[in-house]
Amino acid sequence: MTDIAAQLKEQFDAAIADKRPLNIVGGNSKAFYGRMAVGDTLAVSAHRGIVNYEPTELVITARAGTPLVDIEQALAEHRQMLPFEPPHFGDTATLGGTIACGFSGPRRPYSGSARDFVLGSKIINGKGEVLRFGGEVIKNVAGYDVSRMMTGALGTLGMLLEVSLQVLPRAAFETTLVQQCSQKEALQRMNVWAATSLPLSATCHVDDGLYVRLSGAEAAVAASVKKIGGDRVDDDDEFWQDLREHRLPFFNGVDNLWRMTLPSAAPPLNLSGCQLIEWGGGQRWLASDDDAQAIRNSAIVIGGHATHYRGGQREGDVFQPLSQGLWRLHQNMKHAFDPQGILNPGRLYPGL
Amino acid sequence: MHVYQEEERTPRIDKVALVAALHTILPADSVLHDQEDLTPYECDGLSAYRHLPLLVALPDSVEQVQQVLRVCYDNDVPVVARGAGTGLSGGALPHSQGVLLSLAKLTSILHIDPLNRTARLQPGVRNLAISQAAMPYGLYYAPDPSSQIACTIGGNVAENSGGVHCLKYGLTVHNIMQLKIVTIEGELLVIGSEALDTPGYDFLALMTGSEGMLGVIVEITVRLLPLPERAQVILAAFDNVEKAGSAVGAIIAAGIIPAGLEMMDKLAINAAEDFVHAGYPRDAEAILLCELDGTNEEVSEQVSRVCEILENCDITELRIARDEQERAVFWKGRKAAFPAIGRISPDYYCMDGTIPRKRLPEVLRHIRDLSVEYGLTVANVFHAGDGNLHPLILYDANHPGELAKTEEFGGKILQICVEVGGTITGEHGVGMEKINQMCVQFGPAELTQFHGVKRAFDAKGLLNPGKAVPTLHRCAEFGAMHVHKGRIAFPELERF
Repeated sequence: MTDIAAQLKEQFDAAIADKRPLNIVGGNSKAFYGRMAVGDTLAVSAHRGIVNYEPTELVITARAGTPLVDIEQALAEHRQMLPFEPPHFGDTATLGGTIACGFSGPRRPYSGSARDFVLGSKIINGKGEVLRFGGEVIKNVAGYDVSRMMTGALGTLGMLLEVSLQVLPRAAFETTLVQQCSQKEALQRMNVWAATSLPLSATCHVDDGLYVRLSGAEAAVAASVKKIGGDRVDDDDEFWQDLREHRLPFFNGVDNLWRMTLPSAAPPLNLSGCQLIEWGGGQRWLASDDDAQAIRNSAIVIGGHATHYRGGQREGDVFQPLSQGLWRLHQNMKHAFDPQGILNPGRLYPGL
Repeated sequence: MHVYQEEERTPRIDKVALVAALHTILPADSVLHDQEDLTPYECDGLSAYRHLPLLVALPDSVEQVQQVLRVCYDNDVPVVARGAGTGLSGGALPHSQGVLLSLAKLTSILHIDPLNRTARLQPGVRNLAISQAAMPYGLYYAPDPSSQIACTIGGNVAENSGGVHCLKYGLTVHNIMQLKIVTIEGELLVIGSEALDTPGYDFLALMTGSEGMLGVIVEITVRLLPLPERAQVILAAFDNVEKAGSAVGAIIAAGIIPAGLEMMDKLAINAAEDFVHAGYPRDAEAILLCELDGTNEEVSEQVSRVCEILENCDITELRIARDEQERAVFWKGRKAAFPAIGRISPDYYCMDGTIPRKRLPEVLRHIRDLSVEYGLTVANVFHAGDGNLHPLILYDANHPGELAKTEEFGGKILQICVEVGGTITGEHGVGMEKINQMCVQFGPAELTQFHGVKRAFDAKGLLNPGKAVPTLHRCAEFGAMHVHKGRIAFPELERF
């Protein structure tokens, strides 16, 4: 438990005075993500510790450098969890990095995303001001929802000092089934199931196997197993963790990994390479050396987008370029938080 | 200090020229400018505050909305967007030198996609109409503000509306996927997408609850959920409010997230009982309504666990709705609580603070003390699951000075909410009503940042000017002290 906010602010002020860009680093587990980092390293990982955790209030507040594993362990002691089941991509993953990247895992379509569970934040903006938005209560509409906007902004609007998250109880019981079917059939099944009250908590289609996790009261899970059928998967925790952490064989040796988010019932993509479908069809991983523009276009035409998750030209576009109108708003927003452009410049988009 | 003062705008808008300009865009009957036509728009659900707009524009297409906004932008005319006008914080209170932009004619349900479980809607579609249209597919739209018969989805997004099912199903922000907005310059933008996330900053979250300050919402894609297989409600009675509060904590500590968890105090119970005869125990100091939903098996197990927990919470009575009809009766009293209070008092003022649940007993104690001090009765209705408290202050606007006294009382309740680590508004929004309390909740640096956010979308400050975020000058005038999570004790608290 250390609070180095004052030190961090000093480093900030010095950088602002010199107009020197900062590269904000937590556990450095997601250094692969986004465009190339520039600037002097500002290490946040020593700013750590759970500030407040109230199991009956379903809220946890922790400093940005707190290891994700520490948070998950504290929650597990009270049979609670981060409902968005974030990937770590390394033992050093921090809360701040996870929220800055906006990463969510297998449970996301059925419980919500990282930003859905963000209730409040304390940040330092590009002017060196320490600001607090939102809070530790679930219902709160006072002021603009800046905390949720910080999620996925890759530190370009403010450096996270503290984050408050809503948490949820773990299910009493979980089990995973696997069925053999094609991608097309899997997409149909996942979407049809999601329109019923089946207690789904994760779905994945890989190598002709459709994996579905059910979570809830034991009797409810048992009844649902009967309804949908399939073979039980042993060690299913390991399967979902391996999926979340990109350790399944599908991810091995992939040079170019694309993350596509699409309307969940969108048909299988007609692209070369291999695809893994999760999130009920809403997230698809593509291992493909196809032309970047062709991949992006194939997502755009069906209402989605594509991110060059790993292996791209990190001086170019990693994220889908924005429309002209949205780009202008992004520039305005960046200017409102970081007028001198010192916070992770260019990590999200060139010039932002 | 009067809650809301409109800023002076010079030069004053040339009404005749503006009407003429709008007539080139809209048919004559879609531009209202005579006093009798304007009167229905003089207030929203916070009817204690009224004034007339300069004129009302009623576009019936997105293109017309764009054209109206271009005219306003070119002529520096303030614009206040309005849905059904059911908001409780004066967010749609007109500007006397501005256009009141009603979206009431945009009422089409554009598309329902049962497989992707989404609905694409115009902003004037009523909240309840979405669920009605989705029902044939076994789907519904989860956020259910109490005004759901009348309120519109555009307004729901602008206010980030909640309801009684937020703990399990979230607020509006958790249930929408894409917005089309028109900027003050008249540009149509798509925010969010039909996929689960979108590249760039999360403007979808930012727009939700932005109270008409950033853009005009002209289309909304919402997420639809499957209708639960079964829902069952339990009613528990207590001989003191604190015991009811502890019971809520016990249910959540047991790992159960009820679909709805509502509390009413004695005054609210009896007012509801007089009004709709829900069969509530009149002698109880508090009742809890706990609704559980999901699969048949899930609900069976949770009902028996919740009953077990409640029986250890010193209840005076426990009932489980035997059938759908009885479930509806249990809810009827809660849903009629506000109008029920309206029957026993000439006027009532509905507050909307959120607090950490465990602080409920002390907050209720403070409210009781203040009630004695101000000589005004308070009934409490509480979304207990998510800590959202609705104290209803009973008053009579015909008694000179009583509204001002009520507002002062209400302001103090909100300050207590901030003091215990909560917020001045859980779901009704700041609007003009809580503009002073924003100075209590936020410091100058945060407020300045909010103004920066506003300028990023609306550099001229024409959209809903003066609402939602106070100027620093105003906070200085109000003289409020920024209260921060109890770390700076509110000096007046001792005398409560």
